[in-house]
Amino acid sequence: MAEKMIKLTIDGKVISVPEGTTLFEAAKLEKVKIPTLCYHQDLCVAGNCRVCVVEVEGWRVLPAACATPAMEGMVVFTNSPKVRRARKDVLALLVSEHSTQCTTCYRSTNCELQELAAEYNIDNEIYLNLLKDKTFTVDDSSWAIEKDETKCIRCQRCVRTCAELQKVNALDVIKKGADMKIATFFDTVMSDVVCTNCGQCINRCPTGALTERRYIDEIWEAIGDPNKHVAVQTAPAVRVALGEMLGYEPGVRVTGKMAAALKHLGFDSVLDTDFSADLTIMEEGHELIDRLKRKLVDGEDVALPMFTSCSPGWIKFIEHAYPDYLDHLSTCKSPQQMFGALLKTYYADKKKIDPKSIVSVSVMPCSAKKYEAKRIEMNDSGMQDVDYVMTTRELGHMIRQSGVNFKELKDGNFDKFMGDSTGAAVIFGATGGVMEAALRTAYEVLTGREVPFDGLKITPVRGMEGIREASIKLENVLPDFSFLEGIEVKVAIAHGLTNAAQIMDNLVIGESPYHFVEVMACPGGCIGGGGQPIPTNAEIRKARAAAIYDEDEKKVLRKSHENPDVQRIYKDFLGKPLGHKSHELLHTKYTRRERV
Amino acid sequence: MAKQKLKRVDLIFSKDCTCKDILAVALKRPKEEIVKDLIDSGLKGRGGAGFPTGLKWKMAMEEKSNKKYVICNADEGEPGTFKDREILDRVGLKVLGGMALASYVTGAREGFIYLRSEYKFLIPKLENLLEKFHVWMDEFDLDFKVNLFIGGGAYVCGEETSLIESMEGKRGEPRNKPPYPTNQGYLGKPTVVNNVETLVYALMIMYIGSEKFKSMGFEGSTGSKLFSVSGDTPKAGIYELELGMTLEQFVKEFGDGDAKAVQVGGASGFCVPRKRFKETHIGYQGGLEGFSLPTGGSMMIFNSSRSMYNVLHNYLDFFEEESCGQCTPCRVGCQQLLKGVEAVKRGEKSQKYLDDLLRLSDTMKLTAKCGLGQSVANSFSSIVENFREEMIY
Amino acid sequence: MRKRESAIRAAVQKHGKERKNLLPVLHEVKQINNYLSRSDISEIAAEMGLSSAHVYGVASFYHFLDLEARGQNIIWVCKTISCYMKGSNDIMLALEDALKIKLGETTSDGKFTLLQTNCIGWCHKGPAMLINDHPYTDLTPEKVQNIIDEYYKK
Repeated sequence: MAEKMIKLTIDGKVISVPEGTTLFEAAKLEKVKIPTLCYHQDLCVAGNCRVCVVEVEGWRVLPAACATPAMEGMVVFTNSPKVRRARKDVLALLVSEHSTQCTTCYRSTNCELQELAAEYNIDNEIYLNLLKDKTFTVDDSSWAIEKDETKCIRCQRCVRTCAELQKVNALDVIKKGADMKIATFFDTVMSDVVCTNCGQCINRCPTGALTERRYIDEIWEAIGDPNKHVAVQTAPAVRVALGEMLGYEPGVRVTGKMAAALKHLGFDSVLDTDFSADLTIMEEGHELIDRLKRKLVDGEDVALPMFTSCSPGWIKFIEHAYPDYLDHLSTCKSPQQMFGALLKTYYADKKKIDPKSIVSVSVMPCSAKKYEAKRIEMNDSGMQDVDYVMTTRELGHMIRQSGVNFKELKDGNFDKFMGDSTGAAVIFGATGGVMEAALRTAYEVLTGREVPFDGLKITPVRGMEGIREASIKLENVLPDFSFLEGIEVKVAIAHGLTNAAQIMDNLVIGESPYHFVEVMACPGGCIGGGGQPIPTNAEIRKARAAAIYDEDEKKVLRKSHENPDVQRIYKDFLGKPLGHKSHELLHTKYTRRERV
Repeated sequence: MAKQKLKRVDLIFSKDCTCKDILAVALKRPKEEIVKDLIDSGLKGRGGAGFPTGLKWKMAMEEKSNKKYVICNADEGEPGTFKDREILDRVGLKVLGGMALASYVTGAREGFIYLRSEYKFLIPKLENLLEKFHVWMDEFDLDFKVNLFIGGGAYVCGEETSLIESMEGKRGEPRNKPPYPTNQGYLGKPTVVNNVETLVYALMIMYIGSEKFKSMGFEGSTGSKLFSVSGDTPKAGIYELELGMTLEQFVKEFGDGDAKAVQVGGASGFCVPRKRFKETHIGYQGGLEGFSLPTGGSMMIFNSSRSMYNVLHNYLDFFEEESCGQCTPCRVGCQQLLKGVEAVKRGEKSQKYLDDLLRLSDTMKLTAKCGLGQSVANSFSSIVENFREEMIY
Repeated sequence: MRKRESAIRAAVQKHGKERKNLLPVLHEVKQINNYLSRSDISEIAAEMGLSSAHVYGVASFYHFLDLEARGQNIIWVCKTISCYMKGSNDIMLALEDALKIKLGETTSDGKFTLLQTNCIGWCHKGPAMLINDHPYTDLTPEKVQNIIDEYYKK
């Protein structure tokens, strides 16, 4: 059916747009930029900041372009004197209840309000400073997220993110009038509510009201301490996004420059979380096979489907929202925590370093990893396994602070020993990647043959669809696994906690046909993580994902079990997957949590 | 045009006829005819916004939907207004009669009275009326049931989309429009939201006929309406008057002989100084020479003993609390106006700052998300423009 | 404790679990203790399948869904213009005097909480106030004392 077209005039130009197009979208088609604050591509339209107002001939008021559909014959002005005056006033109002200590703000130069205030030359003095009379607080109770009410402009992007994308609903709008603000349940501190620390709110916050808790100074301090051995691991999704912090377009991979920069910053060892991602596949793959065997052969009551456990936001979500289903989670620690536990045991031992002198740092695309590192379960080395977790953004800041010219850096390499990686580990960074890596290894373990997909690309599990399903039939399996002969293994992938909740709700009513489900808390997986450069949107996430899959294709080794570091650690230290040592260091357990 | 006079009318509370008799006749007529009568009558919403009632019903009537709703807006919160309480208390059945008519025309099978929390004492009485009303509906063979819905105490819920949000279990925050409620209202279904008084007039137009109704008032502002009179008046109370009177006539009848200003339309309305009484008519915009001011019925009279600064401060204090807080112009603007007049009064800001605030009030009128937000600055601009010296000294 | 929980369950059962019934449920649960506590809100949320923060956000929007502990009777004195012009401040002083508390406080015997509210729709008979749901109009300081005395006699 042909779409009905609407004819309207924007800034003197007659254009035709499909029915339902908003004035904002119509202007965008014409390359006319209308400023916005509450609008975000990933979220439903709110229409509450009123920065995007435009003038429509014959209308008494100035409608919000983001919330007004194009109508036949409309004559729209996006930059009339009336519009400019109104926008300027609206911005001045926002500034009047906003802490304008921009010089000390973490989001300075990456703040949408700052940018617009500069663009419209907002005079800070025009209206009274309302902050003086408010009892605004800074909540730094959480290990992962800081909430600063003095910088909040009530655009409610965070609230919509928390509800629409994540179904967490930790943040909501409370009270009204002058007292209206964004808060948790009864304004409880962030550390004590259902917040999963996913940080998606941070990624969409236009200002510095929501930021990650930062450890930059502590890390510099450790690097400067000659008695410390500071080791850093970097997650797969960091290398395809870090460039955005340092002047590159989204989708440019900077793996080599990142390794070089980390050395330049002064880290004693520059290692790769990819190594423990491969290790995760070994452990998790065998755990799945073990669960299937216990169910099919031993007739045990085994929890299936098994869910991946790499995403700490997802872990905290299920602990709060579906605490009766924790036995469905793989007991595998996330790659970060496997790495941490091994760094202060295996690595320290091999490198003859006193584990107590090791400072274990990780660079993650994630804010929830900060919380994960602080969980009491994560002390299997005898001390906190990972000491400091920084986001991609923090690393960007550190590199800028260091004075190094990132773009001019020659590509470097990760150190040997826990620095090797495969393409399977790299794709952990994109939604579906863990599943693909697991299938590449598990299929081969079970059948002795490569997965039957062209170029190892398991395309059905790739993409950006919220929930994806796939199945793979096991035929001619090796004798050890004859119990799986003819079985069609059903898998699903969900990213974004709203999608995860849908999978869980089906499980609760007994309608989950899957054996194995990959869940990532963040839309797009780790490439869209809460620690990644701001802004985020579908195109940016797509570009990062493409860079990830490209790296995989260029790798010589593309299956986790082929990682030489992984093979060595089983030989020298762990014995076999799910062995005694593995259980001690690489597996964990979960905790029921309250719903508020 | 001939000078309008202040004329008392007796329709809303009249005992001439029974609601049941009016319905008995009306519910046998084709619904298109009823809509036509209402459109012809020129009846506009009596809550303050003034949307043509017949047109609203027509739009809902023409919607194809398996479910439709009729909602009586009894969330009367505008300062100085108390007519809806009086109507519900004295002639509640007529309100229900108007709802039955709306149900018949639009095809809605379910209706609600959204009663403000402050009027909870009316619940027993209304429940009795509903019982009686539902028996009538059976007799008329009209499949229509009305429930009471009790608000929680929020001025902004008088705005129809906030009211709907509130009924859906949410914060009472106005929606983006379009879509309008007649298209997507309560639970996403076509919904007619009418003020208490409007519903009674719709019913009474069936009784007196659209011609008679139209013969009152003036072009664009036909008929009569209820006025809630308070402030410096020896005759505070409810009066049904023909539209179109001037404030001079009004003050002559209701003032205490010393009126210096009348606030028309409550805290979100306009303040008219004595020198403008003569040229200011009460009715919807247009139609008469001079100014014509709409009102939901609130008429507050201030005599010369009153400080207009205190009056304005009271209004701004009201809005600073009652703004839903959702959109920037209303949430922050109201705070700025309040703190701003305080600062000028204390001498912390020069009197020129009032001009900055007047410009801000223009922006608020132009950019706020909802009709209420667009009108919160009316009292500020009209009081500051007319009583500037009282703001400063 | 038990009683309260089952009352919440009963309220949700009576009005229905759908979100549109949230306000009626909140009104009903408020009657148990004359305010909505943290646990009231979180239990309502759990019963209705809503998030606690959201139910809190909704309740906090409305004046009469009190989220702080209140006395057995809540006095709401209208502070809006018409009542203000007729001397609502004096009424507030008279009440503070009669109850020996300040605005916003609850009497030590838990009998009264004294609050203000915006226009309650009795502008022609100001000053006016509500005690719980009941309006009192044309108030004078003497009248206020009598009204309070009556409540104490009850």
